This record gives sequence, structure tokens and C-alpha cells, in this order.
Amino acid sequence: MLALADVTFGYDARAVVRGVSLTVARGELVALVGPNGAGKTTVARLAAGLVPPRTGTARIDGRDPATTARREVAQRLAYLPQRYELAFPFTALEVVMMGRYARQRGPGLDSAADEAAARAALARCDVAGLAERRFDALSGGERRRIVLAQALCQGAEAIILDEPTAALDPAHAIAVAQALADERGRGAAVLIVTHDLDLAARYADRIVAMADGAVVADAAPAAVLADPRVQAAFGVTLHVGALPGGERFVVAR
Amino acid sequence: MSFVSGGARLTRARWSLYLSVGVIGLAVILLLAPLVGPGAHGRGVALMSPRAVWGDGIDATIFWHVRLPRTLAAALVGAALAAAGCAFQAVLRNPLAEPFTLGVSSGASLAAVIAIRLGVASVAGTAGVGAAAVIGAVAAVALVWQLGRVGATLPPATLVLAGVTVSMFCGAAALVVQATADFAEMSRMLRWMMGGLEWTQLATVARALPPLVLGAAVLIWLGRDLNALAAGPEAAASVGVAVGRTQTLAFAAASLLVGTSIAIAGPIGFVGLIVPHALRATVGPDHRVLVPMSLLGGAALVVGCDTIARVLGQLPVGVVTALAGGPFFLVLLVRGKRGSALWRSE
Repeated sequence: MLALADVTFGYDARAVVRGVSLTVARGELVALVGPNGAGKTTVARLAAGLVPPRTGTARIDGRDPATTARREVAQRLAYLPQRYELAFPFTALEVVMMGRYARQRGPGLDSAADEAAARAALARCDVAGLAERRFDALSGGERRRIVLAQALCQGAEAIILDEPTAALDPAHAIAVAQALADERGRGAAVLIVTHDLDLAARYADRIVAMADGAVVADAAPAAVLADPRVQAAFGVTLHVGALPGGERFVVAR
Repeated sequence: MSFVSGGARLTRARWSLYLSVGVIGLAVILLLAPLVGPGAHGRGVALMSPRAVWGDGIDATIFWHVRLPRTLAAALVGAALAAAGCAFQAVLRNPLAEPFTLGVSSGASLAAVIAIRLGVASVAGTAGVGAAAVIGAVAAVALVWQLGRVGATLPPATLVLAGVTVSMFCGAAALVVQATADFAEMSRMLRWMMGGLEWTQLATVARALPPLVLGAAVLIWLGRDLNALAAGPEAAASVGVAVGRTQTLAFAAASLLVGTSIAIAGPIGFVGLIVPHALRATVGPDHRVLVPMSLLGGAALVVGCDTIARVLGQLPVGVVTALAGGPFFLVLLVRGKRGSALWRSE
């Protein structure tokens, strides 16, 4: 569903992404991890077709996003950016309903189905009670969940989320991870950029680890976290354990 | 009175309610404004009898040949400036963006001043100066666009900085042109730059209508995309907005509106700032409502200001909007200090 093949990209002469190849299939949840400045966000933007690669190819459902109408891309792919700041005082519900824009025709107004989808997404992210509140008056964690609700409300077959659990308390971080696992369960391709190795270990089917613009490991979570190259990239030793129920956890030392 | 939705979805009924209130309000103002004028010996206010309008007397002549064209032109100019301000603010994600801060008005003024200095007004009349103003507005937008562009994107900060730079340069250049003009030309330049509708004819209104309708239609059509742009280009693209195309169309339509309005009345300030700000607090920030309501609200504001200008002694309407704009800015500033979201830093 999402595919990058030998992609290179740089904002100036220096390449920040070098020869990255990455795929996310339908029904798969992939976590992209790595130290700060590894190029994770740039890879997410390349995968979402928001920036064109210098070399290599990016494909969304087999299509080149550079030559596909953005509206068609948005019907297949939802992208949650790392930062989301509004210039005007929209309410939370209005923000979530923007996720339905790609499915509205002409200068169209919001339908009852649009509102139902938006309220369902708000409920899934445990922010139904904030629907009528102004987005800019909410806390960082609440805003994050509102924007996640917008991405879920889009009803896309692929979702890319850049640090979806940043600024969330543990309970809401788990709830968000579970919501993403549910999306995977309904057949969506999910790619998350995250620093939360615990959640990556518990929920991801694969972890792709990056360092200095390149992929250093791409395998099952336990194998990636035990990989000496990944531990060297992070500059710590990662200890992976398991709870009695089998759920993994990660301790960095 | 506040119509703010409290977050409910924008249904056809709610959209129609807003527009109906706006249309009825504007219609009342448009009907009353041409009947209002200065009293005897220029003192006080006099209300013309509606019956006199249909007679053969001097009142009918004043109504049909002086006040009605002027009122209609004021409505068009106000609608154009308010909608353009609304579009500039949305595209730049900056509530302070408007034709003046972006250098569009200054570019148009410089071109008009040059046209007057070169004698275009003597040969082609006010239409010639107006055409020069449109060219100046478009040239200023193109220049600001080029200066503010970083790669394929238009960061608000660089664009506003480019606008201020172009505005200051054009202002200085206009002063240089004025310094070389004779008394008659300078008088004409000053009158034009103050903004006025005194000599407007129905033919002028008719000529301005097609470009204004086209520009307004494009901005209404873009309402949903302008909403999404409030969260930035990447967030807008992620919900299906063709960001580059939307920015280009919105800029082109807004420039067309501003250029045409300047061609009719000269530069008139603050309308593009006051109206969207006031309406955002009343009907909410959704551009599917805000753009058409700005068209109606801008028309009402400039018709009202022009009526005041007429009553106060044939002042240029630009003077009245500027006098109203100053206190409005002060109110915004005071509210901003108390934490208004419109002025929060991002």
C-alpha cells in the first residue's frame, strides 16, 4: 500500500535521507524509530507524497503521488503531521470534519454522515466531550487526540502518523495505539513515527530503525531492538522483557 | 448578536440563515443610504422622501445620477476589499494580512500616480488611471509573490515581509513622482490616493461588475480549501487540498478584486481587516460562510462609511474608513493583551 524504493532527499546540498526503501502492506502496522535527526519525519513526508524524492520512487496504492490529484491521495491516505496549529478559532468538531473534505463535492457543506463519522472518531479518541470546544483552547494532549480523530475520520486505507502519542499520558497513549491496531485490524496500512519503543514493541508488526538518514534495521520488533546497530544508533543498551501475558516492554540504559 | 455555531456542522439551513440575514441587512442599507444626505446649507442630516425619487425634481436627479451610482460603487468596493482581505488572511494564515499590508494597494497607487503624471488621465480619463491601478496591483502581487516564495512554498513571514518592503518602496516612489508634478496633477493624485467615490457613474459600476463577480465566485468556491489551509500547507494537503493551486487561485482572485476596487475608488484602507475580523467573531471562522458574509459585510460597511462621508461634507470615503480603522485596531490590541486567540503567537 505504501512503498518507498531507494529514496534520497535533502533540503539543501546535504542528503537527510539516503537510499531508504520501505513498504507497509494492508493490514500491517509499522513503527519507524530512530534517534533525533535520523530523518524519520522526512521519510514519513516522502511516504505521504508531501515532498518529492530526489532519486528513487514513492508509491501510494501503486500510484505516484506527484502525478495524482491530492484529493485522490487523501481518499487513500491520511497523514498526521508532527505539529498542527490553527490560525483561526475553529472548534474541535470543525477540525475533525476537515477530515471529510476529500469526500465532499464542489464547495459542499457538511452532511449528516460527515458529522456522524466525525463524532464517532472523536469518541474513539476519547474526546467526544470536547467537540464544541475551541481547538486552540485545549491542552496539547487533547489537541493531539482531536487531530488523530481527524485522521481516523478520513476513512483512508493507509495512515501515516508522525509521533501520534507525543504529549499523551500513558492511558491515552495506549488507547491511541489500540485505535491504530484496530485500524490495522480492518485492513489499513499504518505507519507511525515514534520515540515510544514500548508501544512500538507491543503493537507494531515490524520496526524500521533509522540512523543518519538510512535504514539500519527492518524486521520484527524483538529482532530490531536486540540489533547492536540499532542500540549503537540510539547510544544506549535496550533491554526487552515480557510481562506474564506476553506483552513486551523495553528498558533503555 | 452572535450566530457562532458552537461547533455544529455547517448545514444548508444554517448557511442559508447567515446569508439571508446578511442579504436583508445589506438590502436595507442599500435602500436607505441614497436617501440620506447633508441637510440644508450643509448642516445636519436630511432624509429624502422616497416619493421624490420618482418625480422630476432635483431630488430625483441627485438620487439617480449622484447617490445611487456612488452607493452601488461603495457596495462593490467594500465587498471586494473585505473578501480579498479574508482570502489573504486565510492563505497567509495571518489575521493581519490585507491588501495594504501586502503592498497591493501601494503598487496600485504608484501605478495610478505615474499614470496621472504622464497625462493618462487627460487622454483616457479616470478609466485610464483605473486600468493603470489594476496593472499596478497585479504587478505588486507578482513581485511580492516572487520575493516571498521559498522554493515551492509561501511562508507567511517572508510573504508579509516582502509585502511591507514593496509597500514602502512603492510609497516612496509615489512621493518622488508627486514631487515632480505640477499643482493640478498633485491635487488629482492626492484626491485619488485618499480614496473617493465622488465622480462614480453607473457605467463605471457596470464595467467593474464582471471582474468582481468572477473574483468573488472563485473565493466562494475555495471556501473549504481555505479552511484546511488554516492548519498549514501539509495539513491541508493531507485532507486533499491542492495547496499550490489553491494559493495561486486565491491570490489571483483577491488581486483581481483589489485592483478593480482601486480602479473604482482609489486605495481604501482597513476594510479588508475590519470586516473579516468582526465576522469571524460573529459567524465563526468557516470560510464557506465567512467569504460570502465578508462580501455582504464589506459592502454594508463601505456604504455606511460613504454615507457618513457625504453627510460630513463630501469627505473621501477612505478618510472615514481609516478613522474607523484606527480605533478598531486599538480595540483588537486591548483584547489581544487580554489573551484573544486572534493575536496569539504560533
